[in-house]
Formats: sequence, C-alpha cells, structure tokens
Amino acid sequence: MSKHTIELTINGLRHTADVEARVSLSDFLREDAGYTGVHVGCDHGVCGACTVIVDGKAVRSCLMLAVQAHGADITTVEGLAEPGGALHPVQETMAQEYGLQCGFCTPGIVMTMAALTGEGKRPTEEQLIDAMSGHLCRCTGYQGIRRAVRKLVAADTGETVDGGAA
Amino acid sequence: MNAPDRRAGANAGAEPAGRPHAGSGRYIGQRVRRKEDARLLTGRGQFVDDIALPGMLHVAFVRSPIARGRILGIDLDVARDVPGVHAIYTQQDLAHFNVDMLSFYLVSPEVETTPLANGRVAYVGEPVALVIADSRPIAEDAASLVVVDYAEEDPVVTIDDARSGPPVHPGCDDNIAAEMGEQEIDEDLQALLEGAPHLIRHRVVHQRISQSPMETRGVVVSREGAEELTLYITCQSPHLVARWVSLALGLPPGAIRVIAKDVGGGFGLKNHPWKEETAVILAALMFNRPLKWIEDRYENLIAANQAREQEMVLQVALDDDGRLLASHGDYSVNNGAFPQLSECNIAVHMFVWAAYRMPRYGFLTRGWYSNTIGYAAYRGPWAMESLIRETALDVAARRIGIDPIELRRRNLVTLQDQPTTSCMDLPLEDITPAECLEKLLAAFDVAAFRREQAAARKEGRYLGLGIATYIEPTGAAGAITTMTGELAQVRIEPTGKVTATMSTHSQGHGTATTMAQIFADRLGVPYEDVTVFEGDSSRGGFSPGAAGSRQGVIAGGAAIMAADLLAAKFRQLAAHLLDTSVDAIVIDEGMVRVDGAPDKCRPFADIACIAYGEPDRLPPGFEAGLEAQYRYQPPPMTFSSAANACVVEVDADTGFVRILRWISSEDCGNVINPAVVEGQIAGGLAQAIGMVLLEEVRFDARGNPLAATYKDYHLPAIADIPEFEFVHAGTASQSVGGMRGCGEGGAIIGAPTLVNAIADALAPFGEVPVDLPLTPTKLLSLIEGRDLSAKTVDDQHHFIADHPVTVPVSAAAESAPQAPQPAAAPTAEALVDGDWKMVLSTPMGPQEMTGHFETRGQALAGYLSSPEGQMDFTGSVDGANLKFDLKVDKPMKITLKYTLAVTGDKIAGKCKMGIFGSAKVTGQRA
Ligand code: FES
Ligand code: FES
Repeated sequence: MSKHTIELTINGLRHTADVEARVSLSDFLREDAGYTGVHVGCDHGVCGACTVIVDGKAVRSCLMLAVQAHGADITTVEGLAEPGGALHPVQETMAQEYGLQCGFCTPGIVMTMAALTGEGKRPTEEQLIDAMSGHLCRCTGYQGIRRAVRKLVAADTGETVDGGAA
Repeated sequence: MNAPDRRAGANAGAEPAGRPHAGSGRYIGQRVRRKEDARLLTGRGQFVDDIALPGMLHVAFVRSPIARGRILGIDLDVARDVPGVHAIYTQQDLAHFNVDMLSFYLVSPEVETTPLANGRVAYVGEPVALVIADSRPIAEDAASLVVVDYAEEDPVVTIDDARSGPPVHPGCDDNIAAEMGEQEIDEDLQALLEGAPHLIRHRVVHQRISQSPMETRGVVVSREGAEELTLYITCQSPHLVARWVSLALGLPPGAIRVIAKDVGGGFGLKNHPWKEETAVILAALMFNRPLKWIEDRYENLIAANQAREQEMVLQVALDDDGRLLASHGDYSVNNGAFPQLSECNIAVHMFVWAAYRMPRYGFLTRGWYSNTIGYAAYRGPWAMESLIRETALDVAARRIGIDPIELRRRNLVTLQDQPTTSCMDLPLEDITPAECLEKLLAAFDVAAFRREQAAARKEGRYLGLGIATYIEPTGAAGAITTMTGELAQVRIEPTGKVTATMSTHSQGHGTATTMAQIFADRLGVPYEDVTVFEGDSSRGGFSPGAAGSRQGVIAGGAAIMAADLLAAKFRQLAAHLLDTSVDAIVIDEGMVRVDGAPDKCRPFADIACIAYGEPDRLPPGFEAGLEAQYRYQPPPMTFSSAANACVVEVDADTGFVRILRWISSEDCGNVINPAVVEGQIAGGLAQAIGMVLLEEVRFDARGNPLAATYKDYHLPAIADIPEFEFVHAGTASQSVGGMRGCGEGGAIIGAPTLVNAIADALAPFGEVPVDLPLTPTKLLSLIEGRDLSAKTVDDQHHFIADHPVTVPVSAAAESAPQAPQPAAAPTAEALVDGDWKMVLSTPMGPQEMTGHFETRGQALAGYLSSPEGQMDFTGSVDGANLKFDLKVDKPMKITLKYTLAVTGDKIAGKCKMGIFGSAKVTGQRA
C-alpha cells in the first residue's frame, strides 16, 4: 500500500513519518510515535478513550486518519502535565475525586476535560457533563468524573464546591 | 431532594477479641490518594497493547460466519501469498499440543473444547484459523482471504431451542450442560405451596450481557528457549494464568512468567485464557517469534465469552401476615457452546433465601448448551437470586396488600436471630441486611416520598420507590482449589522505606493503595514511603486475584499479619539499640523514640540500615534484615450485607426511566479506604443499571449476534447514572482486620432495587414483566396495554407475563439402572467384590476414583479412593445392587448417597449429593 509523508507536532515535538493512507491517527500515535497513553477502546468512535487534542479541539483519534493530521498540532495525555511533572489541573482534580479505577478510559476523559476548560474557556456544568456523555467508563459509575466536572467548573468560576475528597 | 452527606464515614464496629484489628487509623479508614493514579493519569500505564518486543509479529483470526456446521475444507493458498504473512495455523497444526481447556476450578471441560475449531463450528465468531503477519492490518487482510467451506446446519440459539433442539455437541444425548436439584417438585413442598394462603409465581428473564471491560482481551507471548515462556496478558490474576497455562499445556510451572501490570477492567471475563489466547500461546511455541493479539471491540462483542442469559421461575408461598412458608425455584442458564465452566449456577439456590427466614425451599437448576459464544463469569454470577427474590417480594407485597418494607422486616434474619442456618444449611453468624435496611430508612423519608408520589400521580407523573436487601458471600477460601488465601511479603529496606509484594491483582481495584495504607499504619511509616508490587507471577505467591470479592478481606488480613510480624522484629531491634524494653518503643512518622525518654530518639532509617549492614550490633540470635511474610487463610466465607433504595420517574408518554435518587446502605465491615469501597459499589450499581435499562446481547434466529458495536450494545453513560449516596455500617467481620468484600455487591443489589422502583411507579398499570432490559418499548407496552414491540408472536407470548410456564421434564431423567435379574443369579460376592474404576460426573467436572467393595451376606464394606484421599464406608447389597453413604465436609457438610448396580464388568448408578442434587456414576472393573 502506498505511503504518504506527513509532518506534524506532537506534544511540542516535530515528527515526520511515512504512513499508509489507511492508518488511523490513534494507531499512528500509539505505534509509530510511541504515545501509548492514547487508548483504543472501541475503534469506532463511541467510547472516547482515544481522544486527543488536535489544533485545540478534542478529537477521537480512531475516527481520523493519520494523513489527515498532516500539519496539525496534537497533544496527547502524555503532553498534558508540566515537563517537571506537576499534574495538569484536570489530572489533579481527577486524582482528588477518585475519577478513575482501571484507568483505561481516563486519558480520553482527561483530554476532553482539558480541551473544554483550557485557556479561559468557561463551560457550564451541563456543557461539561454533556461532553462527558461521549465517554464510556465501565469501572467507576462516573461518580468521581461527575465530581471532578463540578470542581473544574467551580474552579473556573471561583465558587467553592461541596463534596470534595478529604 | 436533599442528599444526606454521602461521606458519612465508616464507624468501626467492635472487634472480635484476640484478633488484630484494623478499625480506623492514620491511613486505614481514610480517603487516601491512590498510588496507581499518577501513572494512569499521565498515560504511563502499562497495558498489554503497550508492550512491544523485538521481532514481535501480529495475529488475526479467521472466524466462523455461521453458528453451526461442519467444516468441509479450508483453503489457505491465497492468504499465504499475501506479502508479510508468515504462517497460518488451523486446529490440525495445534492438535499435537493436546491442550486441556480447564475451567476456573482447573477441571477439564465436559465437551471437547479446542483452541481453534476442530472440524465443526458451534457459534458465530468461533476462531477457525490464526494468521501470523508483520502487522495486524496485514494479518487481517490475509484472514479475509482464507476460504472456508461449511456445511451449515440449523443452530440452537435460545434456552428454549436448547430444550428441544438437536445436541450442540456430537456424542451428547441432549443440550444439558449441567443440572442439579429435583426433576419434580417434592410432594410435601408442593402441598405447602398449593395450600398456602398466597402463592406468588414470579418469572424473570435476564438478557445476555457482555462484560465489556474497556480494555478488550489481549496477549503478547514470548518464548525464550525451551525453558522459558513470558506472557503479557490482560487478566484478573497473573498467578492463576500461570497455573492454568502450566496445567492446560503441561508445561513446567517454573518456565512460565505472566505479567499484567495494568489491566483495563475484568469483571469475570479475564479469569483465565480461553480459545484465542491459548491459540496464540501455542502459535508462539510453534513459530518461535514473539506474537501479539489484541482483540478489537467487534471481536470482543461477538466472540469474547458472555454472561447471564437466564430464566427463572420462583414460587413463593406466604401466609396472610406475609410470612414466608415455602418456595421453589426453577432456573436455567444459557451456557453457549464452549462455556468456561459448564454451569447451572447452584449458588443462585444457595443464596436465594439465605438472608430470610424461609422454612422450606426446593429447586431444579440447569445449564444448556447452545450455538452461541460460551458462558463466562460476570460480577456476581449468581445475582439472579437477589433479582428474583426481591422483585417477587414486591409482587407479593402488592398482592397481599402489605408495605414491602414491612414484608421484609417480618422475614429478614436479624442479628438477634443468629447464629442460625439458612434453609440451604448455610451457617449465618453476623449478617446484617435487616440492620442495613433500618439504617437506610433513617436516611430516606419513605412517608414523605409516598406523599410526593401521590401528588405526582394526580398530575399524571409516575414516581416509584424501589427497596431491596441482600447478603453476599465474599472472601471465600478453602472449598474450591483455586480459591485460596493470600500472601503478603513485606520488608523494611535498608533505606527505611517499605516495599511489599502481594499476591493481589488490580484491574482498577486499587490494591496497591489499600495494601499500602495497611502497611503504613501497622509499621508506623508515612504512606508515601510504602510501595506495593503486584501483577507479576514471578513475585509473591498464588492467589486467584480479583474473583469473588476477596482481595480486601483476605489480602488485607495477610498484610496486617505480615506487617505485625515485621513490626515486632523492628521493635526488638530498636529496643536493643536504644537500650530499652520493646514496650517503650514508639514509632512515629520516620522516627523511633523511647517512651518517657525524649532524648533517646533515632531515625527509623538508621535502625533499618543497621539491621542489614552491621551484624555485630544485632541482638543475639537476631536474623539480619527486616523481612516478613504471611499467608492468611480466612474463615471459609465472610458475608457482606446491604439495603438499597432508589427513586425513579417513568415518563408515561415515552416509557423512559429517570433515576432521581439512589442510596446504598451497606455493611462492608471495616473499610480500608472509603473512596475505594464506594468506587467498587458505584461501579457495580452502574453495571446493574445497564442490565436493567440498556444492555443486551441479542441474536437473530440463525445465531448471528445483533450487537457487534457499542452503537448497538448500549453501555450506560454518565447521563444514565445518578449520584449515589452511601451509608456504611462497619460491623467488623470475623476475619483479620474485620473487612468484608465489596467487589460485586452493587452489581447484585442494583438490579432488583431499580426494577422494584419501576414496578412501583407503574403499579397503576399492572405488574411489570421482569424481562430485561426494561426498554421504553416494553414499559410503554404495559402503560398503553398493547404490545408495541415489533417482535414475533412467539416473543409476545413471552412478554405477556404471568402465563403458566411449563418446563419440560428432561428425557434424560436419571434413575438407578435396575440390574438384570438372571434366572440363576450368581452370588453378590462374585458380582460385586473387588476393585472398580469409577467416574462421578459432578457439576464441577468428572471426578475419577477407585471403588473397593467387599460383601458379606447383605452387608457391604469398602472404600472410595481418589487423589484427595481414601474414605471408608459400609452399606448394603441386594443381588447386584449396592447402597452406601459417605459423609463429606467439603465443599460443605453433606451426605453422599450412592445407589449403584453391577452388570457384568460394568457399574452404573447415581450419587445423591444433598442439596447439590444427583450425579451420574459410571465405571468398570479395574
Ligand atoms: S477508540 Fe476511539 S472512540 Fe473508542
Ligand atoms: S476507569 Fe476503568 S473504564 Fe473508566
């Protein structure tokens, strides 16, 4: 199968690669670029585990071809925390609120939360919960995820939130 | 509605005397941050698909497109020519391994089970050939070019099909995979049922469920020479997988290392390898290159073993006061073609009335083979007991006109009633469902709700309250080979940090966190200084991992015991070095002090360093180093209890159910980490909500799966799940630490709670048939009084509930064969005496044994011997007919009643195994 050369930025680093046209962005990120934090839970756009940020937007990388990402700026869950190790506020909130168990769905959830709350965006709780409804988690019953959403929204608006973890 | 504080923390109950207790401490009982989160939140977890080995090749399967048929030929020529393809194997290539596809109990299968299809296919998706290629896409390309010629046959799909259809497995007489109990209801019991003032006949149909861990199955196999095999596999216990592979393949156990650092959920699906994983392991042994197979979601939804799909009819007799008089259960479960265990789910009957004062219970329970993907466990595999009992009780309450809460109060076993035994002889010492119910009612104002409900109904809004109670066996150990204790190995390093190796395994359970809490508490060190390793069969010791809500109970006990041994050793050394008594040593966050002597103080790490590096300074006879281990064997079973309430509104125009409130009042004993316990319960409750409202694996009449993507198989999403409120009771159990299991409870109690709420809401329209899932179409059918489903006439017949259910009596009814009566009968001695090789076909698999018989007149004496030991018996003989009894203690105290008949060199008959029903015995002269 013919290969195409793509150039893109992943987590701040330039990548050049030759990929087959049929390779999905999720497979490319995991297998070629080595970002195995991108999880594939369904490969058909329902579970949300593969979500990454492409040019500022949360995108299901299993529904996009790698060749379509030519020229794009991509952030995966590996690129979210500070280089020094400090967790991104979304990651920190998820940990405080016990938003994960097995952690398989988590990278996608964290990326959607990060895309929707970053850079001065102020989603309402309803909007963020709506976005979360595109993520399947089989472990948690969404309790910690819901609390994290509430906390993130409140943090943005400066309100305090009841029910945080001790 | 105002939610009470869901963080009403654990209040540690009284401790049994003489046992180390956990209670609450600096870390135990606290919402400590999880150790696992840092790597999982940053994408640094290590799941099986993250493993890449040098030289690794990829596997894809050729799968059967039909549910049943013979394979006439397999043409691999075109596929083999695809560039990048290395090999293609069929069962013929793997046959010489003679793999024994063992169950979780390590018992051989009842029917021939091979990794790849052996001449026949028995379900859609059955793997027929395995392709090894440079990449997964190439392997899939080639798989699509393999041409298989089938002679298709009509499949047996449903339980009803299985009852009357041709046997799924050649050589079987029928489709019964397993059976226990009595074919016909005992006359006394029948009289009690028929003579009762109220007899409820309640039917529940439970759909088939896909466990659906978000990480699908997968394995990476690497063979390192003849003596070493490394498996990375997504599983529920690396130790169990290592043991399974060793036994199934006949490999030396030392040669196998199984690694599973992070696993994306298991829920019963990943107990041990099955067809695909085993085929990949064998292929790697043959091909000698590391191989990887990662199941895609389509494969997972059609070809990974599935669960539930059961039907049950429960008859319940009550008096006018609502007191239970007698009951009978008739249960069937679809085992599919190649179940991981031929299952008729005896546990359903063991627990159906365990928490209630039920005088008399009888049952028939059967598992059926069909041309569908095989059965596997799913969180609370016996959960039907709570679903059918709690929904039947609400039907009874409506019928008799008693409040459902009052009905439970009159019948539940309370703490005051105990110790006692259930109607199935389960010993009960400290179950607390009645107490959980009262705690629940303290948190929920039922009277206020009833007023709200009445007001809403006037506006045409249908609110409903569902309440359910249950008990759950957790932390079982000792009755089943694979259900063992747990091992904790812990050391204080020369640095003063603590490292532990556990036999536990987490698929999200957070055992590295909860075990570290225990070690930190018991050793007096900061939580941050403790690291727990698990997930590698080369570390720690055997345990079945996450199965049966056991790790918190058993591993928690092991961690306490090992930590206390180590603490004693450390204190002995510290006392010696600080020249004081052991009792005066105080360990506090990294410092060691002497009580009453503030100047005598040393860093914890200094003492640890001396323990390893300065043998001259150790007390006489002191073993250098600071290491300890303990394997904890808990009481045979520890019960958890709960009562749940939920409030729903059913939209009478659309049939949609909205859950407005949910309270879980549970007794998990001492809680190590409330956030982890609540996480387990919430996850189970969400799965129960999925079962009641959304999820369903369906097949068409040809056995084609109709839910092959997550667009068709509906997992609950965040909008479907309410916020749960928690009330913890905290009655310490008899196990070390006082914990009780919490892994499966939510999945068990959730379904009846929600069904009861829906039934309460829709009571004005009649009884809701419990035919899961309760889709809007089904509920609207009840509301509008007409069938709105586009189903066939046959299905409507099912749907309109309460029609008499006729269960055909199996033609294979077992009875002791009558010995032929020859004209001149030889003496009993000549017929019977000597050694016989016999096989007892138990629900746990065939058990081989040798029988030795000696007759003297009408008296019989002898023994049965098996690898487990020899048991003597005496009995009677009448011509060629033998009768004798054996009393056994495992898995529980029962009497085995043998009735056998000799015909020439053959012996046959049956063994009645108390509540476990009858098993066939066959054999011949040794
Ligand atoms: S893997 Fe992309 S949405 Fe599920
Ligand atoms: S934490 Fe396991 S799937 Fe979400």
